[in-house]
Amino acid sequence: MAKTHVTMKVNGAEVEGLVEPRTLLVHFIRENLGMTGTHIGCETTHCGACTVDIDGMSVKSCTMFAVQAQGSDIITVEGMANADGTLSALQEGFRMMHGLQCGFCTPGMIMRAHRLLKENASPSEEEIRMGISGNICRCTGYQNIVKAIQYAAAKINGVEFREAAE
Amino acid sequence: MNDMTPTREQRTAALEGMGCKRKRVEDIRFTQGKGNYVDDVKLPGMLHGDFVRSPHPHARVKKIDDSEALKVPGVLAVITAETLKTVNLAWMPTLAGDVQMVLADGKVLFQNQEVAFVVATDRYAADDGINKVVVEYEPLPPLVDPFKSMDADAPVLREDLAGKTTGAHGPRKHHNHIFEWTVGDKELTDAAFKKAEVSIKEMISYHRTHPSPLETCQCVCSFDKIKGELTIYGTFQAPHVIRTVVSLIAKLPEQKIHVIAPDIGGGFGNKVGAYPGYICAAVASIVTGKPVKWVEDRIENLTATSFARDYHMTTEIAATKDGKVTGLRVHVLADHGAFDACADPSKWPAGFFNIVTGSYDFPTAHLAVDGVYTNKAPGGVAYRCSFRVTEAAYCIERAMDILAQKLNMDPAELRLKNFIKPEQFPYHSALGWEYDSGDYHTAMRKMMETTDYAALRKEQAEKRAAFARGETREIMGLGVSFFTEIVGAGPSKNCDILGISMFDSCEIRMHPTGAGIARMGTKSQGQGHETTWAQIIATEIGIPADNIMVEEGNTDTAPYGLGTYGSRSTPVAGAAIAMAARKIRAKAQMIAAYKLEVHEDDLEWDIDGFRVKGLPEKFMSMKDICWAAYNSVPPGMEPGLEAVSYYDPPNMTYPFGAYLCVMDIDVDTGVYKVRRFYALDDCGTRINPMIIEGQVHGGLTEAFAIAMGQEIRYDDTGNVVTGSFMDFFMPTAVETPHWETDFTVTPSPHHPIGAKGVGESPNVGGVPAFSNAVNDAFSFLGSTHIQMPHDYWRNWKAAKQLGAVA
Repeated sequence: MAKTHVTMKVNGAEVEGLVEPRTLLVHFIRENLGMTGTHIGCETTHCGACTVDIDGMSVKSCTMFAVQAQGSDIITVEGMANADGTLSALQEGFRMMHGLQCGFCTPGMIMRAHRLLKENASPSEEEIRMGISGNICRCTGYQNIVKAIQYAAAKINGVEFREAAE
Repeated sequence: MNDMTPTREQRTAALEGMGCKRKRVEDIRFTQGKGNYVDDVKLPGMLHGDFVRSPHPHARVKKIDDSEALKVPGVLAVITAETLKTVNLAWMPTLAGDVQMVLADGKVLFQNQEVAFVVATDRYAADDGINKVVVEYEPLPPLVDPFKSMDADAPVLREDLAGKTTGAHGPRKHHNHIFEWTVGDKELTDAAFKKAEVSIKEMISYHRTHPSPLETCQCVCSFDKIKGELTIYGTFQAPHVIRTVVSLIAKLPEQKIHVIAPDIGGGFGNKVGAYPGYICAAVASIVTGKPVKWVEDRIENLTATSFARDYHMTTEIAATKDGKVTGLRVHVLADHGAFDACADPSKWPAGFFNIVTGSYDFPTAHLAVDGVYTNKAPGGVAYRCSFRVTEAAYCIERAMDILAQKLNMDPAELRLKNFIKPEQFPYHSALGWEYDSGDYHTAMRKMMETTDYAALRKEQAEKRAAFARGETREIMGLGVSFFTEIVGAGPSKNCDILGISMFDSCEIRMHPTGAGIARMGTKSQGQGHETTWAQIIATEIGIPADNIMVEEGNTDTAPYGLGTYGSRSTPVAGAAIAMAARKIRAKAQMIAAYKLEVHEDDLEWDIDGFRVKGLPEKFMSMKDICWAAYNSVPPGMEPGLEAVSYYDPPNMTYPFGAYLCVMDIDVDTGVYKVRRFYALDDCGTRINPMIIEGQVHGGLTEAFAIAMGQEIRYDDTGNVVTGSFMDFFMPTAVETPHWETDFTVTPSPHHPIGAKGVGESPNVGGVPAFSNAVNDAFSFLGSTHIQMPHDYWRNWKAAKQLGAVA
């Protein structure tokens, strides 16, 4: 099958590659770019393990072609740590609040939570639960993921994080 | 003592040992996308394999034509049963003593069964190749309903077993019969029923569901022809067992097989068994001389890899009229699909289902299980439970509620009346198990007090009255569940897999600087072993957990162990860790005695080192002992500080818990709301409370999914109608309730640190709590039992059948 040249920005760096028109974006990221943080869980846009941020929107990269991302600005989980390599507020939140177990859904969760907090810096629990409803986790029962996002929101907003009473 | 000297508390805290909410070390890589899962493994020249699968549930395979497929650019080979026969691998043994086709051999027995394996240069080319393989089928009548499997005119499913009157577990009654398993005293139990003042009987079904870890099953196989060595990276919950099984069936020397299980994205039992993908990828690598990757997609995972449950349990309890149980009788019809590939210890054709007497003191019980073949996917696995404990707990917990209803007793009171009493432990159950320890009354009463159970019942009575007056259309249910699990498989006297005893192992090596590495026979799939195992070592030998690296999943370096499933890691490997650590401490004591110039017996252990009794200033830290172990050991002693333990537990462990679900259901829509869910777990000694709480949250969420909607469903023609996350219920953060967790601690008397295991308890106890809540809500309308899953539609249907909806 004839290949198409694509260029895009991923985590701030210009990248390019030759792909078949049918190549999924997630495969381009994982196979061509060798960045394996973005995971494949369901291939039907249900689980959200492949979520990346494209031009300021959360997108499930398992159901988008790489050619459709031509010229776009993409952030993946590999682009989420602080410049000095330390964990960002969200990543730290997931660790501090025990918001993950097997870690497979975590990159997608973090990418979704990243955009959610950009759009709403102080979401309520209900808004968080609705906001991550496109991402499935099989291990945590979500409660601690919600707390992880609340922790990150507090840290980003410079306020003290307080766990809600059980 | 000056201000700089750390206090006892500070020294203890510095270790981050047992009981500490230590943050997980795994999270540093997982939160940055730096995990290393199987699909992340890329080897030079790696090929990709994918399956042609059967659209039919039952059909003869007349012809497979691969000529067009082989013309597809990138396609290198098409492997069929005929190819596999040349290497004697067309069929493989299952964990349950049956055999299973690797690729369709003459006919197919379930929809999406593997028919041919296409190997290509990339996954897209493999997919192109699959579409060009032409398979000619002759459809045969499908057998879907297990209750019709042993009818006289039922189609013969397993032609390979034609005429065989004996199977792996005894006589077969019918050509679709797998085994009959009976336990307990039939005569005594029948007599108990004859003289019973009260009895109940109900057919309680536990529907077919699926573990569905977010990462599917996958592997990369690489055969090195020059060295004759096979390396397999795979999603394996039991890497050592996989290596042994591969060695036995592929006739390769075991030392030339390297099995590596890297990070695993959830297992839940789905990754215990052996699947055709592993065999085909290995054969393809041998045939092509290149590494071959096989990655299952979600539809394949749901429809062709190990299902869970599918037990239909006719349950009877005999009792006195004041509510004392006198006998239990259960007959199970177990739908195993096309091949009996259940993951059970060899001796137990129906796993540990004989824990079905639960937490209650039944004087007698009798259990019979019939396993049957149908045209469905094989491989009943212990999905977040220990070999059918979930089915057993559901069965007895539903039945106790039904009995309470018949006696007009409160379900919690009925349970309190029949619990095994604290003084009865170790308790010998009527079906043969020895429960190690328990204090059920305390757990139940704590649950009732914390939730104000009496007030909830009062509220329910008021709501029922309001419903009768037509003032509300909402009904309220209280789901009480009390469970006892049997985990920690297991003692070699009870448990083996294909003849391999189910011990587990740990090897600890301390280095001169006071750092160390622990290598294990277990394999975490998210349980946080790298964090918790180091905590056990920290407490046992006084080295900070941060200084201990835990490595799992590499059969070249880890001691032989039976892996992680059935909540066995903490009860078995957790004990192995403590025992290995104690060997290290014993040698350390000798070294310290030599260095401090006293007799060993004059030393006492003090948090992170040894102190001379009565001379508090004479102290040697474990860190210093590590250094001494490599340069100044007593004359005649071998240098070094390492130990290995293979732990064969004397008994299983029996964690338990008391759960309560408060649910409201709108009868006109069937829409339910879980208003409150309280879970009290007793898993003995708690290693990391944060991780325990996380495990409980996760297990409850899976229980919620199963009870309230998740089902692998077949239509009458054998077609799977729940083949993707579109129609297989996966709860998101929106549906999932808030969880309240609580605990009591009743240590296991035979485990070195008293730990019992917890990962599966919330699933085992959770499902009956949800189902009992729904059934309790409807009970005042006259129903005794409504089958799961209790989704909105079924709730509405129940309300309609009971006359609550016009």
